[in-house]
Amino acid sequence: MTLDTITIKGIRQGLLITLGDRGWSEELRDLESRLSASPSFFRGGRVALDVGSLELSYSEIEAVHTLLTRHRVELWALVGSSAATEAAAQEIGLVIDLGPSAPREKKTESQEDEGPMTEGMVVRRTLRSGQSLRHPGHIVVIGDVNPGAEIVAGGDIVVWGRVRGVVHAGALGDEGAVICALDLSPMQLRIAGHIARSPEERRRTAIPEMASVRQGQLVAVPWQGTGSGWGG
Amino acid sequence: MAARVLTVTSGKGGVGKTTLTANLGVALAMQGQRVVVIDADVGLRNLDVMLGLENRIVYDLVDVVEGRCRLRQAMVRDKRLSELYLLPAAQTRDKTSVQPDDMVRICDQLREHHDYILIDSPAGIEQGFRYAIAPSTGILIVTNPEVSAVRDADRVIGIVEAEEKGPPRLVINRLRPQLVKRGEMLSVADVVELLAIDLIGVVPEDQAVLFSANRGQPLAFAKDSSQAGQSFHNIARRILGKDVPFMPIREPGMLQRILGIVGLGEDG
Repeated sequence: MTLDTITIKGIRQGLLITLGDRGWSEELRDLESRLSASPSFFRGGRVALDVGSLELSYSEIEAVHTLLTRHRVELWALVGSSAATEAAAQEIGLVIDLGPSAPREKKTESQEDEGPMTEGMVVRRTLRSGQSLRHPGHIVVIGDVNPGAEIVAGGDIVVWGRVRGVVHAGALGDEGAVICALDLSPMQLRIAGHIARSPEERRRTAIPEMASVRQGQLVAVPWQGTGSGWGG
Repeated sequence: MAARVLTVTSGKGGVGKTTLTANLGVALAMQGQRVVVIDADVGLRNLDVMLGLENRIVYDLVDVVEGRCRLRQAMVRDKRLSELYLLPAAQTRDKTSVQPDDMVRICDQLREHHDYILIDSPAGIEQGFRYAIAPSTGILIVTNPEVSAVRDADRVIGIVEAEEKGPPRLVINRLRPQLVKRGEMLSVADVVELLAIDLIGVVPEDQAVLFSANRGQPLAFAKDSSQAGQSFHNIARRILGKDVPFMPIREPGMLQRILGIVGLGEDG
């Protein structure tokens, strides 16, 4: 099996896919293989595509847009060094400048090994029923997660708002992942392979909580409070 | 000025879209607007029955789309209000007969001569919903204070927001303040907190709606004789840009008003 020349990095706005230099049709084929090989990794994510010096027409950009859409990936930006490519990308409605974000998040120094995933995405909106977010790294939502919405992260999940939908942290197997929310009332909560739901009684006031796996069990600990277990 | 096109939709079936469309059409016409209401529920038409106009249908929406008649021939004029027209749906066809472009074309033709075009959307989020929102300049979401209805409304709002039709507005229908008080029904505040869009009306549960549907005489015609009728008129006035305070809803036997979040009591 030949290795392709595509590289994928996490940036502030999601994923950056940089194509190689083997020519458009080869790169497109390699991209399709990558997408098909790891559907849950890509699905629901946002992608910026770096095409380097390739000169692409409107219809070629449309074709890669369709390919990504088919794999339920949102293409929001296309960058390259060719002016013609930029013009075509703009015509389709794509951003052509990634802004001041660094192409790679710096790994944080720490005493313990935090694992390979320290990249993440921050989303500032409420997720409505039927919407979902997926990211191999961490996901931060500034907003609510409504019933019928779902978040799947390889890393941690932090919601600055209410969680009433389905949240799954550590989705690639990391049992050390955590889920934090100002109001943790999920339909279902999952960390790695563990699944739990909220207790039946509806709490009167919301308290910030962090859910994690302790001794093989999913527990939620209040931000301020006495004792552990489900708060309230 | 060209007409505003408002689509009334909900996701969930049976929450009161057709009732709202019929009564809102009547209320707006009673307030001097030139109104057309369009039944977009091809195959399961109901708006004609609500308005009591089913005996006068000769041509329908699909006849217009397929070119068997002119648009004006399919429009049924209400005998009670001269500025209220109905464009009925077809009953013997289904929703594959109409495309979004067809609706846009029809509304473009209607825009010059009317002030408001109200489109009664079918339930769901499939083709019928799609062609019902295609020509729309503003969307009204109808829901009931009940978990499944609110879940579906949230889904629809997510889709509508992505379509960039402007922020949708909410009508909460079939509210029963006594059940809210007993904690057996979601409150107005509960629903608004979850859906997070502007509230434009609250309509109480009212038996009179059933009787009026059976008679084909929308409640808005006799607005002072029912709370629901008044609510419909208030919604019409808010749509026209007037600042109408929400009124307290009294259920038979209720002694007092329930207050939720400041400004959002169990009011209509």
